[in-house]
Amino acid sequence: MARLAFARRPWVALGWVALASYIVFAAQRLDFSVERFVVGLDNAQRFLGRMFPPEILQADSMVRGLTESLEIAILASCAGIAFSLPLGVLAARNLMPAWVSWPARSVVALCRSFHPVIVAILFVKAVGFGALAGILTLTVASVGFIGKLFAEAIEEISLKQVEAVRATGAPFASVLAYGVLPQVMSRFVGFATYQVDSNLRNSTMVGIVGAGGIGSTLFAAFQRFDYSFVCAILIAIIAMIMVGESLARVVRSILGIDARRSDA
Amino acid sequence: MSTPAALAIRGLTKEYLPGKPVLRGVSLAIGSGGLTAIIGASGTGKSTLIRCINRLVEPTSGSIEFEGRDLVKLDRRQLREARRTIGMVFQEYNLVERLSVMENLLCGRLGYVPAWKAWLRRYPAADIDRAFELLDVVGLSGFEHRRADGLSGGQRQRVGIARAVMQNPRLLLADEPTSSLDPRTSVDIMQLLSHLGESLGVPVIVNMHDVDLARRFAARIIGMAEGSIIYDGSPEGLTDERLRAIYGGEDWLG
Amino acid sequence: MPEPYSPAAGARAWHRHSRSERLARLMLTLAVLAAVLASVRSVEVIPEFLLDAPEQVQDLLVRMWPINVGFYPSGVHDALVDTLHIATLGTLIAVALALPVGVLSARNLIRNRLINLAARLILVATRSVNSLIWALLFVAIFGPGALAGTLAIACRSIGFVGKLVGEALEEADPGPIEALHAAGAPWLSVLSQGYWPQLAPTFWSVLLLRWDINIRESSVLGLVGAGGVGMALDTALNLFQWTRVSLILLSIFVIVILAEIIVTQIRKRIL
Repeated sequence: MARLAFARRPWVALGWVALASYIVFAAQRLDFSVERFVVGLDNAQRFLGRMFPPEILQADSMVRGLTESLEIAILASCAGIAFSLPLGVLAARNLMPAWVSWPARSVVALCRSFHPVIVAILFVKAVGFGALAGILTLTVASVGFIGKLFAEAIEEISLKQVEAVRATGAPFASVLAYGVLPQVMSRFVGFATYQVDSNLRNSTMVGIVGAGGIGSTLFAAFQRFDYSFVCAILIAIIAMIMVGESLARVVRSILGIDARRSDA
Repeated sequence: MSTPAALAIRGLTKEYLPGKPVLRGVSLAIGSGGLTAIIGASGTGKSTLIRCINRLVEPTSGSIEFEGRDLVKLDRRQLREARRTIGMVFQEYNLVERLSVMENLLCGRLGYVPAWKAWLRRYPAADIDRAFELLDVVGLSGFEHRRADGLSGGQRQRVGIARAVMQNPRLLLADEPTSSLDPRTSVDIMQLLSHLGESLGVPVIVNMHDVDLARRFAARIIGMAEGSIIYDGSPEGLTDERLRAIYGGEDWLG
Repeated sequence: MPEPYSPAAGARAWHRHSRSERLARLMLTLAVLAAVLASVRSVEVIPEFLLDAPEQVQDLLVRMWPINVGFYPSGVHDALVDTLHIATLGTLIAVALALPVGVLSARNLIRNRLINLAARLILVATRSVNSLIWALLFVAIFGPGALAGTLAIACRSIGFVGKLVGEALEEADPGPIEALHAAGAPWLSVLSQGYWPQLAPTFWSVLLLRWDINIRESSVLGLVGAGGVGMALDTALNLFQWTRVSLILLSIFVIVILAEIIVTQIRKRIL
């Protein structure tokens, strides 16, 4: 049976061979070796032993870090959503002339270009250590993500519905409100909740470079080899995110959005 | 006609591609009442003609006089004001699918209500009353909360018509309103258009390709071929020979 | 279902949302406002830092120009290639692990609720932790270098890919599956002939998307010692060699764009 399948499509077999050879090649280039891995596993065992049981060594630092991360995520999400709504509309090529959509798209693309950590480093240099750098970083990340997807969603709408609203003599804002937004609102809410979730995750790590939140507590714990504390913090982060995901589901149901396609 | 025309089109030309006019200097005067049907083969410009009237398509040249103003020369704000008084019904209904029937009806008032109020769905009570009235008239009482995408084709077109009438229009345009509907529903829709036009006292211009339907409901028929009007008269005067000239070919005449 | 309107004195009222819906929306708005206000109050903003921000930014930009292109062959190229390998290998490992875990988490495929839960827990845990944090962990276990980075990428991606795979499987059309079961096909055949064809487009799409994201992620893992161009970036930052920093940022930007182009082209052809 397998022989027949491969005989029919020899390039499938070729594909697997190519994949296998790439894996071997890349692994070699990256200096992987079985013995390194085995030594590592041995290490890992000892490591896990030191991580469990988890201990909260500095409760107030941890609580402060977690709340700060939460605050960063909340404010960055609000600012990001607030900016990306108009920016996404401006970036939609089917609604706006080129001299408007092109700069808007460029701004959105720029916001997406760099990993939040890099953006965080730059903001820390600009506004100093602390939560503000984190908030600005994640606002930029949000605008880049939501703005792009929102503009793409708008470009996929049926213009017939928009045409009908325009034909009633409605002003532009009403054409937007009745013709464009109803078609994309549920997708926008989907992107926004995804981004809130993403911001929550990223807010836990921008602290590593000084932009506030639990990341700095975590990094410090690593450097002091307090692995049981590290474990406790990781568990807290996972718990916080799980709660965030459940809340997102609740919000979506309140707003009446189909939560069919969710996100990771 | 002794009364002045409500709509006077003079020398209307439209070229999508330079040198290939879809409308060749069309001139037409519509009276202040009655249903006028425009018939013709596909691509002869009847849809373009109707869409030039409210400038969903921009004419290349010519003038369209409506209520003392040349629609072609209006700026954006004036055009919006003028569009308020021209209601349009579309072939594919063009309802906002995700909104409720009531919200679709209220779209008809968007030209009259400030944007922020429209956003917050705060319409004057008179508008809401009128909406409910119209729902009764088009036979959709109790449908106000239904989402537009949950309706059948015929029901959607009724909403489309009600939306157009909500504008308190002084002209009703319909671009192939029955082409996506079955024969029975088509008759219902044409009856509705005809009846509403009469009770509102406004002229109705309908694009259609069903000649029998046109004969049955129109007081005046305009036949177009290749961008020009080649027949303009009563349904009785529409002989087979004239139909051949409009549509070309013999077989379909039966 | 919205509540019916209440007619009042002959006039019929209309509300877009029912009373309960309006209440819920109001509570949501209030909750969000409260959260925002609380956050704004407790976030520390040092005004001096804010005020001299434009100056700082200008200073930074001046130092980063001109871009030290000469440094590229010796200092950046190899690291950049390493980054690509880290991203690709990491994605491949993740996919290999995410498929079985995703299958285990699909409630229509595996009926054992305990296994479903365990699989979901693994998926949630791996994607809740950022790849940078995984990198910290793996550097501590396996030592600095690309191995830690690759495993970090793989770990984070398992949750991402696995969750979308699980959801796609749960939404699969049961028709062909029933037909296969009725024909007496063994379980593995049901998977490969019944579920896989439905899963395949989503799977490739998710794979490409995650690879694209991983290129971006791999480029910064070096900041904590997990290999790739991030290590060169870390060195340059620590030594304040800003023109090298701008070169590295530019190279990262370029490979991210290249990856996006590749992904868009592949999508056009196979999806």
